[in-house]
Amino acid sequence: MNIVVCVKQVPDTWSEKKLNPADNTLDRGATDPVMNEMDEYAVEEALRLQEASGGEVTVLCMGPESATETVRKALSMGADKAIHVLDDGLHGSDALATSLALSKALGTTSYDLVLLGSESSDARMSVIPAMLAERLGLPQLTFAKEVTVAADGGSVTIKRLTDEGYQVVEASLPAVVSVVEKINEPRYPSFKGIMAAKKKPVETLSLADLGVDGGDVGTAGASSAVESFETAPPRQAGTVVKDEGDGTVGAQKLVEFLAGKKFV
Amino acid sequence: MAEILVLVDHVDGEVKKVTLELLTIARRLGEPSAVFVGSGFDAAKDRLAEYGAAKVYVADAEELGSYLVAPVAEVLAKVAADSSAAAVLLPSGAEGKEIAGRLAIKIGSGLITDATDVVSDGGTFVAEQPVFGGSTIVKSKVATGTPIITVRPNSAAPEASSAAAERVDVTVELSDAAKAARITERVVEEKGERPDLSAAAIVVSGGRGVGSGEQFSVIEALADALGAAVGASRAVTDAGWYPHQHQVGQTGKTVSPQLYVAAGISGAIQHRAGMQTSKTIVAVNKDPEAPIFELVDFGVVGDLHQVLPVLTEEITKRKG
Ligand SMILES: Cc1cc2nc3c(=O)[nH]c(=O)nc-3n(C[C@H](O)[C@H](O)[C@H](O)COP(=O)(O)OP(=O)(O)OC[C@H]3O[C@@H](n4cnc5c(N)ncnc54)[C@H](O)[C@@H]3O)c2cc1C
Ligand SMILES: Nc1ncnc2c1ncn2[C@@H]1O[C@H](COP(=O)(O)O)[C@@H](O)[C@H]1O
Repeated sequence: MNIVVCVKQVPDTWSEKKLNPADNTLDRGATDPVMNEMDEYAVEEALRLQEASGGEVTVLCMGPESATETVRKALSMGADKAIHVLDDGLHGSDALATSLALSKALGTTSYDLVLLGSESSDARMSVIPAMLAERLGLPQLTFAKEVTVAADGGSVTIKRLTDEGYQVVEASLPAVVSVVEKINEPRYPSFKGIMAAKKKPVETLSLADLGVDGGDVGTAGASSAVESFETAPPRQAGTVVKDEGDGTVGAQKLVEFLAGKKFV
Repeated sequence: MAEILVLVDHVDGEVKKVTLELLTIARRLGEPSAVFVGSGFDAAKDRLAEYGAAKVYVADAEELGSYLVAPVAEVLAKVAADSSAAAVLLPSGAEGKEIAGRLAIKIGSGLITDATDVVSDGGTFVAEQPVFGGSTIVKSKVATGTPIITVRPNSAAPEASSAAAERVDVTVELSDAAKAARITERVVEEKGERPDLSAAAIVVSGGRGVGSGEQFSVIEALADALGAAVGASRAVTDAGWYPHQHQVGQTGKTVSPQLYVAAGISGAIQHRAGMQTSKTIVAVNKDPEAPIFELVDFGVVGDLHQVLPVLTEEITKRKG
């Protein structure tokens, strides 16, 4: 079974400024671009499915030159090869454009399963998996906390997290599947993996290679536009009190606060 | 006046509050029409009429509910084309966003997700979105096609305004692609009688500091005293102390209540992603260094098992 796993490089907005434990200085390295956290779970799931049923795992990433770091990380976790969609014309792409470029890139390879994270931590839209399924005319099985591929490799079943609990969803392959972080525990790249990744093939594709018109993507093709933005007033620093140990002082002060705000 | 389509969020005709919020916003933009997919329209009709839906497009074919997401996008694409709607509004949950994404591709329109308001600026619809955890407010508009905008729950106060809610039946011949992912089982993890997490005005959440599933009763007791919904951190849902649908955060629900109480929660960035736009934030944590204290309006450094029971009792007494 051949799997393509889509990974995105994102600014490391999650880890806020951190101190370096070695010398207690600001760890500037910590704000580097990183692989979108949720995509690590997608890579891990791809590798586990491969371990169970063979085939190849291909990494697909659309992003600037620096995204090669993210591609390398997926390869060092164990993926076999990669496709990097790289073109200056893609700068400023929205979800419609991203899904277009990714769908065209998928058209250059053969696969049974496309795996994605369910959300990128920068865009936070959670729409690319659904959009890819729509564009490719493939079944959409998203927000999976569990993925099972039938022994004959013909179908896939997931448990989809929902607002109420979960749904069991089933489809034949090929299919598009997105995963949530409850699905597994991503492995760390081993030293051997990191060394091996350096020799793995990475194919770089431009818009021209994909047959995508520059007017349909990037800033030129943006289907929505930011009009203006403003910085919200910073949160006022709050009051923090210390409880004396039996709960009374803390509770009393808290209830006064809540009463002042008319919550009680 | 042009029609503004609002996708109704409902369970067997029981209309969720977010729908009334969306109808209220839609009324400022044009003439609100509801799109009702599934069974139970008769039960929903009065509410939709009360909150201003002039028309309700009803697609209630049984097969619509058997497949994931795609059928609803096909219904909306058809209604949008037939009605020449000026915009489509959907609730900004996981499913609403996926429907919106597929619809955007079907009708070649731009998409804005997670809006907290939409206003008309001389006929152009401008959506407001909080980004970077609410530290920046972006105003955007759709440049291509019919604007498709998903709006977060709690973005507007529902205002009644009676209208006819005239039923217009819609039949859609589902494509094979829309029938590709079949739902074979639905499992509901019971959440009891408390208010719905996404829509609640007050949320009381517990984290790993609560200690166990049994001890979560201290969180429930405080929630009940305040009339609040119960939330949880991922540490709690992963440990099986409380069902996943109560998880607040990046992979849980995004909540924006009037009051958020975090007890025994450290305030990891993935948790904050789901709650930091709450109006008032309160925390109880025994670690004075816990990052949650950076966000609070009021914090208590202390043991939640000491503080919460006294607090609950005091609130009950004052309300009593
Ligand atoms: C891809 C990804 C997605 C994620 N999505 C989410 C998400 O949606 N939601 C989410 O919440 N997390 C999410 N997480 C996990 C997140 O990173 C944290 O691990 C999690 O939020 C920690 O939960 P916690 O605060 O309950 O536990 P901890 O971080 O262990 O904190 C427990 C806190 O309780 C305090 N405490 C202990 N005992 C007491 C006591 N008796 N009284 C008072 N205080 C006490 C401690 O001081 C501590 O601050 C995600 C992680 C990843 C990688
Ligand atoms: N530029 C990209 N390159 C590769 N995969 C992407 C890209 N953008 C988004 N994805 C995938 O789509 C998922 C959902 O992203 P989003 O819809 O942006 O929240 C991510 O977790 C990735 O797996």
